[in-house]
Amino acid sequence: MEQSLITSMLFATLVAGTPLIIVALGELITEKAGVLNLGAEGTMAMGAVAAFAATHYTGNPYLGVLAGMAAGALMSLLFGLLTLTLMANQVASGLALTIFGVGLSAFVGKPFESLTLPAVPAIRIPLLADIPLLGPALFNQQSLVYFSWALLGGVIWFLYKSRAGLILRAVGESPSSAHSIGYSVIGIRYLATTFGGAMAGIGGAFLSVFYTPLWVEGMVSGRGWIALALVVFATWRPLRVMAGAYLFGGVMISQLFIQGSGLQIEVPSQLLSALPYLATIFVLVLISRNQQTIRLNSPMSLGQPYRPDA
Amino acid sequence: MSNRRNFIKAASGVAVATALGFGLLGAAQAADPLKVGFVYISPIGDAGWTYQHDQGRLQMEKALGDKVATKYIENVPEGADAERVIRELASSGYNLIYATSFGYMNYVERVAKQFPNVTLMHATGYKTGKNFGNYNARFYEGRYLNGVVAGKMSKSNVLGYVAAFPIPEVVMGINAFARGARSVNPDAEVRVIWVNSWYDPGKEREATLTLISQGADMLTHHTDSTAVVQAAEEKGVNAFSYHSDMSKYGAKAQLSGTTHQWGKFYTDTTQSVLDGTWKPASTWGGIKEGMIEIVPLNSSVPADVKALVDKLEGDMRAGTFHPFAGPVVDQDGKTRVAAGEVISDEDLSHMKYFVEGVASKLRQN
Repeated sequence: MEQSLITSMLFATLVAGTPLIIVALGELITEKAGVLNLGAEGTMAMGAVAAFAATHYTGNPYLGVLAGMAAGALMSLLFGLLTLTLMANQVASGLALTIFGVGLSAFVGKPFESLTLPAVPAIRIPLLADIPLLGPALFNQQSLVYFSWALLGGVIWFLYKSRAGLILRAVGESPSSAHSIGYSVIGIRYLATTFGGAMAGIGGAFLSVFYTPLWVEGMVSGRGWIALALVVFATWRPLRVMAGAYLFGGVMISQLFIQGSGLQIEVPSQLLSALPYLATIFVLVLISRNQQTIRLNSPMSLGQPYRPDA
Repeated sequence: MSNRRNFIKAASGVAVATALGFGLLGAAQAADPLKVGFVYISPIGDAGWTYQHDQGRLQMEKALGDKVATKYIENVPEGADAERVIRELASSGYNLIYATSFGYMNYVERVAKQFPNVTLMHATGYKTGKNFGNYNARFYEGRYLNGVVAGKMSKSNVLGYVAAFPIPEVVMGINAFARGARSVNPDAEVRVIWVNSWYDPGKEREATLTLISQGADMLTHHTDSTAVVQAAEEKGVNAFSYHSDMSKYGAKAQLSGTTHQWGKFYTDTTQSVLDGTWKPASTWGGIKEGMIEIVPLNSSVPADVKALVDKLEGDMRAGTFHPFAGPVVDQDGKTRVAAGEVISDEDLSHMKYFVEGVASKLRQN
C-alpha cells in the first residue's frame, strides 16, 4: 500500500507476462526449426505438476524448476518421436500431446492437490531496486522474471548472431538444403523441440511454484494456447513476443485495477475480460502487418515433416 | 497362454455368478442396492464446489450403507457431453442421478422425459418434472454472517470480492456480504472484481493482489480455487473462504467462510427414493436445514463479534431473521424491498442490482 499504484501494476504485469514469455520463446525456437508443437498447454501442465512435486519433496524451488524442465523436455521428446521419427502429423500430435499432458498431470497430481508450498521470496537487486517507481517493480522480482529477460537476450543472440542459430533457421526454411550441405535435420529439430518443451516446463513450474504456489488440475487455464498465439501474432520475432506478453499481462492487470478501484464504469465485465486478448491481437497484427516481414520471418517448412532419404 | 487361461477362468467365474444370480433372483432383488449416480462439473480436488458435493455423496454412502451403490463422473462439461453421460447412467441402471451444475438443466430435463422410472435431481436449476427435482442452498445466509465479521474486523473499511460472473447467484452473495458488513460498519464498502471464470487460480490471485494493493484488508471470493485465501495469507490480510473450509491454505488469514453441506440432503433424498416417498420439489435450504454452515471463526476474532454472529446464526436457524429483510436499498438509492417486508425467493433468485455498500457498479442488462 505504501507502494504507488503504478509500481504495483507494473509489478503484476511483469509477473503475469513471465510464463507467457518463457513458453512462447521456447515455442519460437521450435517453430523456427520448422516444427509446430501445439502441445504447450499439456507440456506446461506436466511441468507444473513435476515442479510442484519436486519442490514439495526437496523444499528447493529451483530443483522444482529443474524437474519441470525435465518433464517438459520428456513431453517434447515424445512429440519428437511421433512427428520427427515416426512422421506423424504435427498438428494432430500436438493436440494429442495437450490432451495427454492435461490428463496425465491431473492423474499424477492427485496426491499433491491438498498441499501448499511456502511462497518463494523475491530477489532484490541492490541499488537498481531503489530507483523510484520502476525499481521495486522491475528489480524486486521472482528469479524467473529475470530469467525470462536473460532468455530473451539468449534467444536473440542465438537466432541472429550465432552460427548455430543460422543453421537452425536454415533447417526451418529449407530442410532439404540444410540436409544437402550435411546437417542432420532430424537431429536439429529434436534439439529445438526439446528446448521448446523444456521452456514450456519452466513456464509450468513458474505457475505452480512461484505464481500461485499450489497444484490444482487445470491450473494452466489456457496460458499455453496464449503463448502459441503470441508466437504467430508476433511473426516469430522474439522482442515482439515479449512486447505481446507484457501487453497482454498489462491490459489484464489494468482491467482488474479499474474494476477494483470502485470507479463507476459502465462497461460490461465480460468485455473487460476479453480486452487483453483483443488488445494484444490488435496491436501485434498492426505492428506486424507487413506481408514481406511475415514472409521473411515465418519458417517456410513449418509443420511439414521431413524425410531425409526422400 | 496365461491370458487365455485367465480368460477361461474369468468366463467360468461369470457363468457361475450368473447361475448363482439366477438361482437367488428373488432374494437378490430385495437386497439389490439402489444405484445412485453423481455428475460433477469439475474434478473433485481438495476444496470447492464439486468437493463439497462429493463429501455429501460419501456421507450419504456412510449413512445408508449397503442400501446404495454410488458412482460419480467428474469433469463433465456443460454441453452435449453432459446429456450423453446422464443418459448413459440412466440406461445402465442408475435409478437416482444427481447432476450438480446449473448448465446441465436442459439435458437433465430431456433425460428425465426419456426415463420416467429414473429420479433425477438437478442442483441450482429451476426446472422440475414428474421425476425431476431441483435443489440449491441459501448460501447468502453464510455470506451475510461473513460480512458481519468482515465489517467488524476491517481497519481500512475496504472489502474485496473476487467474483466469477455477473449472474444473480453471484450478485446475491455479494449483496448479502455487503449488507452484513454494513449492518455493523456503515463505512464499509465492497469492491468487486469479475474474473469471468469459475476457475483460474492465476487470475483469481491477480485480482486478489489488485484488491489488496487498493486497500482491501478483508477478502472473499465466489470462484472455485483456493488462490484467494492463499494470496491473502501471503500478504497478511484476512479472507473468507467459499464452498469449503480453506484454513489449510490460510491458517491466519481465514477468519471464517461459507460452506455447502449436502450430506444430510443427499441422505434424506436418497432414503425417500428407497422408501418410494420421493416427490418432485424445489428444495432451497440454508442454515436452518443444515445445508449451509459457516466455518468456525478464527481464534483471532474477538468474543463480542463471535457472540453477535452466534446470535444472528441462531435467529436464522429459528427463521426470525432474513439477510434481505427490508429496507433493501440498491446502490442508486432506490428502495427495492420496503421496510417491514422480506424479499421473495423469486426476487432473490433474479437479483440484478447491487445494494448500497457495494462500490463497484453493476451494469444492468
